[in-house]
Amino acid sequence: MLAKRIIPCLDVRDGETVKGVNFVGLQRVGDPVELGRKYADEGADELVYLDISATVEGRQTFAELVARIAREIDIPFTVGGGIASADDAGRLLLAGADKVTVNSAAVRRPELIDEIAGRYGSQFIVVAIDARCNDSGRWVVTTHGGRTPTDRELFAWAREAQERGAGEILFTSMNHDGTKNGYPCETFARLADELSIPIIASGGAGSVEHIAEVLTLGRADAALAASIFHYGEIPIPTLKRALRERAIPVRL
Amino acid sequence: MVTIIDYGTGNLRSVTNALERLGADYTLTADPRQITAAERVLLPGVGEAATAMQQLRDRGLVETLRSLRCPVLGICLGMQLLCAHSEEGDTPALGIFPNRVRRFPAVEGLKVPHVGWNVVEQLRSPLYDGVEEGAYVYYVHSYAADLNDCTAATTHYGIPFSGSLHRDNFYGCQFHPEKSGAVGQRILANFLAL
Repeated sequence: MLAKRIIPCLDVRDGETVKGVNFVGLQRVGDPVELGRKYADEGADELVYLDISATVEGRQTFAELVARIAREIDIPFTVGGGIASADDAGRLLLAGADKVTVNSAAVRRPELIDEIAGRYGSQFIVVAIDARCNDSGRWVVTTHGGRTPTDRELFAWAREAQERGAGEILFTSMNHDGTKNGYPCETFARLADELSIPIIASGGAGSVEHIAEVLTLGRADAALAASIFHYGEIPIPTLKRALRERAIPVRL
Repeated sequence: MVTIIDYGTGNLRSVTNALERLGADYTLTADPRQITAAERVLLPGVGEAATAMQQLRDRGLVETLRSLRCPVLGICLGMQLLCAHSEEGDTPALGIFPNRVRRFPAVEGLKVPHVGWNVVEQLRSPLYDGVEEGAYVYYVHSYAADLNDCTAATTHYGIPFSGSLHRDNFYGCQFHPEKSGAVGQRILANFLAL
């Protein structure tokens, strides 16, 4: 049986892992390769590295980092941040990334998904969607870490991304991200109804129960989290054993 | 020394990184003479079956591969090319394994491609020395080889299929040992020890 995946996410700025709440108040939490190695040894199923560097130098550091990750880590890893063309994605593939994730650039120019999927295959592209539920209950897609609302709606955009060749959808609720109050499971379940590609749940995990809920009620294929792992609040082996006790298939 | 067949299908970086982690020497080539003289051959592969078979034909490698007597390991599409036929592009393949490769059935709730960690069972090849029944390995594929006498590991995803094949000096892994953590490392180390 295919295992539900547990994916630590590492935000990288200028070569260092950082973590903040709702993308503000960033704190440094360690060397990205060392931290990734530790998570892999503890049983992480994949890793996601997001480059949040604001400078050209920072982006160059990240490209070098990807090659180092590929040399040292023996589980799949996804990289993202600032990918705006199929050539950008191709450079990361050559550096050894297993998948790339695109977010704002795909909202601006959806053909980017077709271009990356067409050249490297759907298995290589994860489309990340940040959305915020407004007062009237509409899930509005946002860009730039949730700061900029767009005129797109979550479900329509997710379906379009799938049709254009996305291999997976990584959905973050900006209402829940960083709050540790859990995931919007009904929204995840509706995404699962509407899509035929795997869904990765991100943003909001504060307990084992939250993750168990999104993998069962929310029918997500994977759960991605950062701070609960970075600060050791829920060690991965503890999490996976607890999921297995709830009869959720995980790799132990 | 591992001779990796470099026939223009995708990125070989993850395979070479895995061999480096194991301290193994390797060379990348598409030269039939060098491959015939190899001590151990690895046939990787990412992409589409018909295109990949054409790449092998263009480089004059079809007979070279069929006549190898050293240990040969095909990974992912590389394993599918060692089979008799792939439904992808209705492609006759190398025919070293008699298996047929078919797309996963369109079944409600079965997401294709099959991506992620799944278990291998009924392990039956020296590649799995020291690997436990039910160990998890990492898969990314939409087409799968059927079961027969060559099946060296079985995985279930909607249907049971050959996660691994073995016949004489030829071995195949549909999954990616180079991305399968400690279990994958053990499988590659076993291949290096054949």
